[in-house]
Amino acid sequence: MDILSNLAMGFQIAASPYTLLLAVIGCFVGTIIGALPGLGPSNGVALLIPISFSMGLDAISSLVLLTSVYYGAMYGGRISSILLNIPGDEPAMMTTLDGYPMAKQGRAAEALVVSGVASFVGAFAATIGLMIFAPYLARVAFKFGPAEYFALYMLAFCTLGGIGSSNQAKSALAAAIGLAIAMIGLDKTTGMPRFTFGELHLMDGVDFLVAIVGLFAVAEVFFFIETHGRDSAIGVKLGKIRVPWKMLRQTSGAMMRGTGIGFVSGVLPGAGASLGSFLAYMAEKSLARDKDSFGSGNPKGVAAPEAGNNAAAGGALVPMLTLGVPGSGTTAVLLALLLTLNITPGPLLFTERPEVVWSLIAALLIANIVLLLMNVPMVRIFVHILSVPAWILLPGVTMVAFVGIYSLTGSSFDMLMMVGFGALGYVMRKLSIPTVPAILGILLGNAMEDNLRRAMVLSDGDWAFLFSSPIAVGLWIAAILGFVAPIFLRGLLKKPALPDDDPTTIED
Amino acid sequence: MIRGDRIFGTVMIVIALGYILSAYGIETSFMSDPVGPRVFPYLIALVMIVCSLVMVLRPDPEADWPAAPMLLQLGIAFAVLVAYAYAITPLGFILPTAIASGVLCWQIAGKPLRAAITGAGLGVGLWVLFRLILGLGLRGLPAGWGF
Repeated sequence: MDILSNLAMGFQIAASPYTLLLAVIGCFVGTIIGALPGLGPSNGVALLIPISFSMGLDAISSLVLLTSVYYGAMYGGRISSILLNIPGDEPAMMTTLDGYPMAKQGRAAEALVVSGVASFVGAFAATIGLMIFAPYLARVAFKFGPAEYFALYMLAFCTLGGIGSSNQAKSALAAAIGLAIAMIGLDKTTGMPRFTFGELHLMDGVDFLVAIVGLFAVAEVFFFIETHGRDSAIGVKLGKIRVPWKMLRQTSGAMMRGTGIGFVSGVLPGAGASLGSFLAYMAEKSLARDKDSFGSGNPKGVAAPEAGNNAAAGGALVPMLTLGVPGSGTTAVLLALLLTLNITPGPLLFTERPEVVWSLIAALLIANIVLLLMNVPMVRIFVHILSVPAWILLPGVTMVAFVGIYSLTGSSFDMLMMVGFGALGYVMRKLSIPTVPAILGILLGNAMEDNLRRAMVLSDGDWAFLFSSPIAVGLWIAAILGFVAPIFLRGLLKKPALPDDDPTTIED
Repeated sequence: MIRGDRIFGTVMIVIALGYILSAYGIETSFMSDPVGPRVFPYLIALVMIVCSLVMVLRPDPEADWPAAPMLLQLGIAFAVLVAYAYAITPLGFILPTAIASGVLCWQIAGKPLRAAITGAGLGVGLWVLFRLILGLGLRGLPAGWGF
C-alpha cells in the first residue's frame, strides 16, 4: 500500500500542467535525438542538462524533462535503425538486424509500430519494476558503511569497464583517468589545493558537465566530421501507418521475454541497454522454431530487442537511484544531473526526498504513455525530421553544446576545457578506450576517496577493514568476477555482424 | 607497425609520473587523517601506469586513423571551436556562432554559399531560440551594440 500512496503523491506533483508540458517536450525532443544517427541518449541528455539549468528549472522539473528525453531517445533509436540501417545509438543496433530487412520488404510502417509498442511494453514494465524493487534495494543499502560503498564503487568500475570494452586494461585506464580528473580542486578534508597548478578556475575542480558534454557531444562532432560528414540528405518514404494487430499478438511473447531479460540486464551494474537488447534478441532466436527467418525480417527480431533495450533503460535507474551507482552511460549522465541538483542518490533519497523519487517515477509512467502516442500514430513526423542534412545537423549540435556550457558557466576557460575533452574523447574512442568509465570516475571519484578515508579513520588506518563485512567481501568478489569474467565470456557473447547493405531509400 | 596504443600508453605513463610528482607536493595539514590527501592520487597513478604498460607491451591492432586531408579537416574544426570559445564573450553570440557553424558546414557540404546561409541562419535562429524563447542569458552582439 505504501507504494500506491507514494505513487499518488508522485502523480500529484508530476501531473501538473507545467510538468506534463515538460514531459511532452522532453519526449518529443528525446525521440528526435534518438532517431538522428550518431546522437544517442547519453549525448542528448548531456547536451540538454546545462540548458535546462540555465533555464532555471527546479529540481523536479529538470528531472521530468531530462528523463523524458532519456526515455524518448531510447524509443527514437529504433527509427533510424529500421529506416536507414543506422542505429541511432548502440542499444538500437540489434533492431537493425530484422527491422531494416522488414523496411526493405515494404513493411517499414509495421516494423515501426511493432517496435514502438515493444518499446512501450519494455519501458512501462521496467518502470513498474523500478517502483517495486528500488525501495527494497534502498533498505539493503542502509546497511552500507564506507567500506561497503568503496567496494560498491569498485564493482561499478569493474563491471562497467569489463562488459563495455574488449580490453580490460583500457577500461581500467579510462576509469583511472576519470578518477585522476576528479582529484583536481580543493581537498575536502584538509582544504589544500590539489593538481590546480595555481589556476583559479581549477580550485572548484573540473565541472563534470563540462567533461561529459566534451567527452560525449564534442567528441561526437569530430567523429561526425570524419564518418557521416559526407552523407547528404537521405530521402525516406513510408507507407500508410496501420496498427498490425495480428503481428502484435504474434510478437507479444517476444516482448514479454525481452522485457524480463532487459530489466535484469539493466539492474546489473554496468550491463546496460546494449546487453539487454543483445540478450533479448539471442534468447528469442534460440527459442524460435524458424531460426533462419531471424535476420531477414522477422517481427519478433524487432520486438524482443526493442522491449529489451527499453526495459534495461528503466532497470538501470534502480542501482542509480538506490545506490548512486549508474548501470549505463546515460544513467551516469543522469547521475551528474542529480548531483548538480544537490540530490544525492542513495538509500536516504527514498526517505529524505520521497517527493523527488516518486514524482520521477510518476513522470516516467506518464512519459511512456506520451511516447506510445507519439511513436505510433505520429511516427511520420520523426521520419521527416530524419532527413535533416548533416551539414545543418552537425553545426547545430555543436553550437547547442557550447550554448549550454556558456550560459551555465559564462567562462571561456570551461569551453576550452570542453573542446579539450572533446579531443580526448575522440582519441580515446579511436583507440577503443571506453569513455563511460572515465565519466564514472569523474562523477564518483570524490565520493570514492571520501569513503576510503572515512573507512581508514574508523579503522585507524587498517586496510583490512575494507574487506571486513560479508557485504563488502561479496561486492569485492563480484567486482573481480565482473572484471575477469568477460575475458573468458567474450567469445560466447560475440555480437552478430550488422547486415552490410548500404542505406538506401525505402519505397512504400 | 602498431603505434596508436604505444604512443597513448607512453604519454599516459609520463602524465602519471607527473601526477605522482604533483601529488607528492600536496601540503598536508594538522587535521590529516590516516590516509591523507596524497594516497588516493598515488593509487590512481599506479593503476594508470600498470594499464599504460599493458597498452605499450600488448597493443591492440592499429586503429583506423584518418588520412592527412581529414586530419587537416579535424584540425580546422578543433581550431574553430577553440577560437569560438575565446570569441563568444567579447563578440556576443550571433557573429561567432554564424562564423563557426558556417565553417563547420563548409567542411561538410563544401559549398561556400550554402555554408554562409546555414551559418547565418543558425547564428540568428539559435539566438532567437535560446535568448528569446528559452530566456537564457546570452548577449547577441558585442558589448555596447544593443541586445
